Amino acid sequence: MSDILLLCWEFLKIGLFAIGGGMATIPFLAKVAQSHPEWYTLEMLADMVAVSESTPGPIGVNMATYAGFLVGGVLGAVLATLALVLPSFILASLVASGLSRYKENSHVLSAFNGIRPAVTGLIAAAFYAVFKIAVFPDGALNLLSLALFFLVLLVSMLKKAQKLHVALYIALAALMGIALKL
Amino acid sequence: MLFQLFSAFFRIGLFTFGGGYSMLPMLEAEVVKKHAWATTDELLDYFALGQCMPGLIAANVAVLIGYRQKKLKGAFFSMLGVVLPSLIIITLIAAALKNFAHLPLVQHAFRGIRAAVAALIFGAFIKLFKANVLSALKPAQGKIEKGIKSHLQLFLPPVLCLCAFILITFSPISPVYIVLGAALLGMFFLRGCEI
Repeated sequence: MSDILLLCWEFLKIGLFAIGGGMATIPFLAKVAQSHPEWYTLEMLADMVAVSESTPGPIGVNMATYAGFLVGGVLGAVLATLALVLPSFILASLVASGLSRYKENSHVLSAFNGIRPAVTGLIAAAFYAVFKIAVFPDGALNLLSLALFFLVLLVSMLKKAQKLHVALYIALAALMGIALKL
Repeated sequence: MLFQLFSAFFRIGLFTFGGGYSMLPMLEAEVVKKHAWATTDELLDYFALGQCMPGLIAANVAVLIGYRQKKLKGAFFSMLGVVLPSLIIITLIAAALKNFAHLPLVQHAFRGIRAAVAALIFGAFIKLFKANVLSALKPAQGKIEKGIKSHLQLFLPPVLCLCAFILITFSPISPVYIVLGAALLGMFFLRGCEI
């Protein structure tokens, strides 16, 4: 039970501080993986990202449900998801009730001028963590994985590929993984 | 009305892939066209507001619209609607994967997938880097007449980005403190500058 309470606390913090959409939850979830390796590993986090990107629902919610399930089954999934959206429920209700002219508030605007570049750095750190486990799977460089990484990166940067769905990349990468016996 | 809010946001959650901007067409179909809870302009305002608030964009938008219709009850049912499809679908997938995770075939597949996920996160980083860091390095943009940015305003954003990366990667510090610290630095030193 204490695990579940701790899980709720972690996701409450993520809901409050992961600003800027689903991808912004990844650095927080990566930190949780490092401090609670018995909950889930960085490898499992990368799998969570893949499943969350290629199934319906907002990425952030999907990630919370998945991580919660890994820690505490169905109850964990429900509680982690609710803890994640609780800050939104409280803050957005306050804003909607007009208690604060939130968006015109110059303190808020200038705070976000600082938060946005920092979140960019957080995402870079999340990339670095996932890159390491993807390309150095057993602690040693796997050239096939590295090649697959660059292949997906190049294809996703092509102008013509902008409209392709993320799920397509994931499915193709899964097939390549099986074919190459990664 | 509460059930309408719930079911509209349930459909929005169900047919949104990826979150963020991919939500907008579905939001417009349900909130503007079907139920007339807001005009397109109002919806875009809610969306912009939801983006620059703590919390997930999807949940923020659901709560903002639900609250405007039926106060706290409306906010609650809208929020419940938008997260429920994820809860059901992801729980089923996670439970299924748990049973198959030991198969070598599945393990090879996921090793391939992880390389793709790394590339996708890198793509997201590049997009954010262009929008939040590189744009800050440009001297004051034409549309806003705020004079020339100070050196601090030019260089603080890239420094914040780099510090966040280094602190998270090489120290056990929680990202919570990095976001709080960056917010404080922004309030003091990045006043009135448009990134």
